[in-house]
Amino acid sequence: MEQILVNGTILAANYALIALGITLIFSIMNVLNFAHGQMFMLGGLIVYYVCVVLHLPYALALIAAVVIVGLIGMLFEDVFFQRVMRISNREENTMLLAVGTSLLLENAALSLFGEKQRAIPPIVSGVYRIGNAFLPASRALVLVLSLVLIAAVLVFVNYTKTGRAMRALAQDRTATLLMGVDAKRISTLGFGLGAALAGVAGGLLISISGVNAGIGTAISTKAFIMIMIGGAGVISGSLLGAVVLGFAEAIGYALIPGSVTYLLIFVALIVFLLFRPQGIMGKPAA
Amino acid sequence: MVNASRRSVLKGAGALALATTLSTPSIVRAQEKALRIGQLGVMSGPEASWGLVNKYSALATAEMWNDKGGYEIGGTKYKIEIVSVDDRNDPKLTVSGAERLTGSENIRYFIGPNTDTTATSVRPIAEKNNAIYFPYAFARSLYTKPAENAILGMIASYQVAPIMYQQLKEQRGVKTIGFVARNDSDGLLQRDEGVKVAQTLGLEIVSSSDTYEPTITDFFPVMSNLVSLAPDLIVLSSAAPAHAPQMMRVARELGFQGLFACEAAQDIKIINEVAGEYGDGLISIGGASTPEIRSPYMEEFIARYTKVAGEWNDEAGTKAYALEILLATLAAAGPEAIDDIAPFKAAIDGFSMKNPFLKEESQLTYVGTGDFGQKRQIGVPMVITETKGGAFTTFAISSVAS
Repeated sequence: MEQILVNGTILAANYALIALGITLIFSIMNVLNFAHGQMFMLGGLIVYYVCVVLHLPYALALIAAVVIVGLIGMLFEDVFFQRVMRISNREENTMLLAVGTSLLLENAALSLFGEKQRAIPPIVSGVYRIGNAFLPASRALVLVLSLVLIAAVLVFVNYTKTGRAMRALAQDRTATLLMGVDAKRISTLGFGLGAALAGVAGGLLISISGVNAGIGTAISTKAFIMIMIGGAGVISGSLLGAVVLGFAEAIGYALIPGSVTYLLIFVALIVFLLFRPQGIMGKPAA
Repeated sequence: MVNASRRSVLKGAGALALATTLSTPSIVRAQEKALRIGQLGVMSGPEASWGLVNKYSALATAEMWNDKGGYEIGGTKYKIEIVSVDDRNDPKLTVSGAERLTGSENIRYFIGPNTDTTATSVRPIAEKNNAIYFPYAFARSLYTKPAENAILGMIASYQVAPIMYQQLKEQRGVKTIGFVARNDSDGLLQRDEGVKVAQTLGLEIVSSSDTYEPTITDFFPVMSNLVSLAPDLIVLSSAAPAHAPQMMRVARELGFQGLFACEAAQDIKIINEVAGEYGDGLISIGGASTPEIRSPYMEEFIARYTKVAGEWNDEAGTKAYALEILLATLAAAGPEAIDDIAPFKAAIDGFSMKNPFLKEESQLTYVGTGDFGQKRQIGVPMVITETKGGAFTTFAISSVAS
C-alpha cells in the first residue's frame, strides 16, 4: 500500500507540471495545444544535449530547456496562432495548426536527435525506504523540484501583475481588454510559460526514464485526460486531474491484473464526462 | 578523290555518330540500371527505431554495393535504390504503403514491416501483387503454408527462448521466472510463448499477468508488483530498446537482484544512458555484431551504417542480413527474378552463400522448416548476449535448425 502511495505521488507531481502548462495555454488562448507533448519531448532532448553532448551541469541544462522551449512557444504563438486566430473564426483551424506544429517538432527532433531513447546519468543515486515502499533518490529529487515549480507557478499566476492579467484574460477577455491590458503580450507570455512548463517537465523526466522523439503523443494524450477530469482552463482543476490520473494509474497497475488499467481509466472518463462534461472544477457552458 | 575522301570522312563520321548513338544509351543504361528495393516499417513514434534501423541498414548495404559499381545479377550491374515508406506502426498506413510499393512503384521485394499487426495486414497485398517481403514479426501464420511470400528477417522469440532459458537454468541457477509484456499482439504472443517454454523447462512462474501500454512514460508502478515477488529472472517480452533499460533501472531501484531476459534485440548505448549503473545482467538476442565474431565486412558495414545514421545501433547487427541475402538470392535466381518472384521462391531452398558478416567460415542459408514447414527465415546466427560493464558480451551462440 505504501508503494502505491509513493508511486501515485510521484506520477501526480510529474503529471501536474504537464497539465499546468497545457491548461495555461488553453485558458488564455482557448487553444488546445496538441504539440504540448512534443514540447515536453523537446525539453528532455535539450537537457540531454546540454548534459551529455556539451557536458554542462544539469541545472544549466534545465534552464536551457525552460528558455528554449518557452521561446519556441512564444514564437509559435506570435507567428502562427495569433495570425490564424485573427483571420479565422473557426476553432478547428487552431487545432489543426497545433497538430501541424506537433508534427513539425516531432520530425525536427527525429532529425536532430535521432530515433533512440535518450537519457542522462542519474543526478543523485540511492534509494530511500518509506515503510515498505522504495523511493529512489532521483525520483525524490524530481518530486521535490516538481512541487517547487508548481508552487512557483501558482505564486506567479496569483500574486504578480502579469499573472493576474493572465487569469483575467482567461476569465473574461473583453473586460480585460477594456481594462487596458496588453492582451497580445499576455497571450504570448502565457503560451511561452505553458510551453516552458512542458519543457521543464521533460527535462526532469529525462533524468529518471529518458525521452525519445516519439514520446510526445503519449504525453499529450495524458495531458488531455487530466484537463478533461479537472476542467479545461481551470488551473486548480488541472492539478486535481493530475492527482486523479497519477493515483488511478498507480492503483490500477498494482491491484488490477493485466492490461485493464488504461481501459478502465478511459471507460471511467467517458462515463464521468457523460454526467459532468465540464470536468470537476470547470464551469458549465453558458 | 577529294570528294570521295570527303564522302568517306562523312560516311565514317556518320557511322561513328550512329554507332555512338546506338551504343552510348546501352552503356548508359547498363551503368544506370537500377534495382529498386522497398522498405516499409515504423519510422516515427515510440517504435521508430525498429523501422529506422531497417532503413539505415538497407541504405548502408546499398551504398556499399553502389560504391563498387552496383550488384551484379546475370552479368549486369544494378545500382541499388531503397524506397522507404513510414507506416507509423498503423496497419492502415502499412496497407497503403504496401499498395504503393508493390503497385505504383512496381517493386517486387521489400523489407519490413516490424510488428505482427502490420506484417499480417500486408500479406494479402503482397500475395495479390506478387511481392516478397521480409518482416520482423513472429506470427507463425506469415511463414507457414499457404503463406509463402514472407521471409522472417530475424530469430523469433519462440526460437531463442528455449535455448536462453535452458542456459540460464543450467548456468545461472534460475528457478523462478516472471514476465512483463508490452500490451500489444507482439508482446502478448512473446509472453505466451515464453510461458510455455518456462513450463516445459520446469521453471516456477511467479507472475505472467503484468503488462504495460506501448505509450507508457513511467515503469515504476508496473515493475513494483513483479519485483515484490522476487523472481530469479524477469523476462521483458517484446521490450523496445527504449523501454527495456527503463524497466531494468526501475527494477534495480526497487531492489531487484536477479537477471533480465529479452528475446528482442537491444542497444547498448541506450542501456548505458538510461539504465547506467543498473545496466548489467540483461540477457538478450544480438546480431552478428559482437566484436568476437564479426568479419572485416561487418566492420565495413558498421562504419557505413554509422555514416548513414549518425551512430551505430546494435539492432543493425541483425538487420544487416536482409538486403544482403535478398541480393544474393536474386543473383542466384537470375535476372528474371527481378520482376518475377517465382524464380526467387524456387531458389530459396537450395540457396547458400558464405556468411559475409562472420569471420569464421560459415554458410548463410534460409531456414525455418522446423518451425514453419518451409524455408521462410533468414538463417541469422543466434548470438545471445549479456550486458556486463557497459558492453554486450557473448553469452551463448546457437542457430535455428534448418
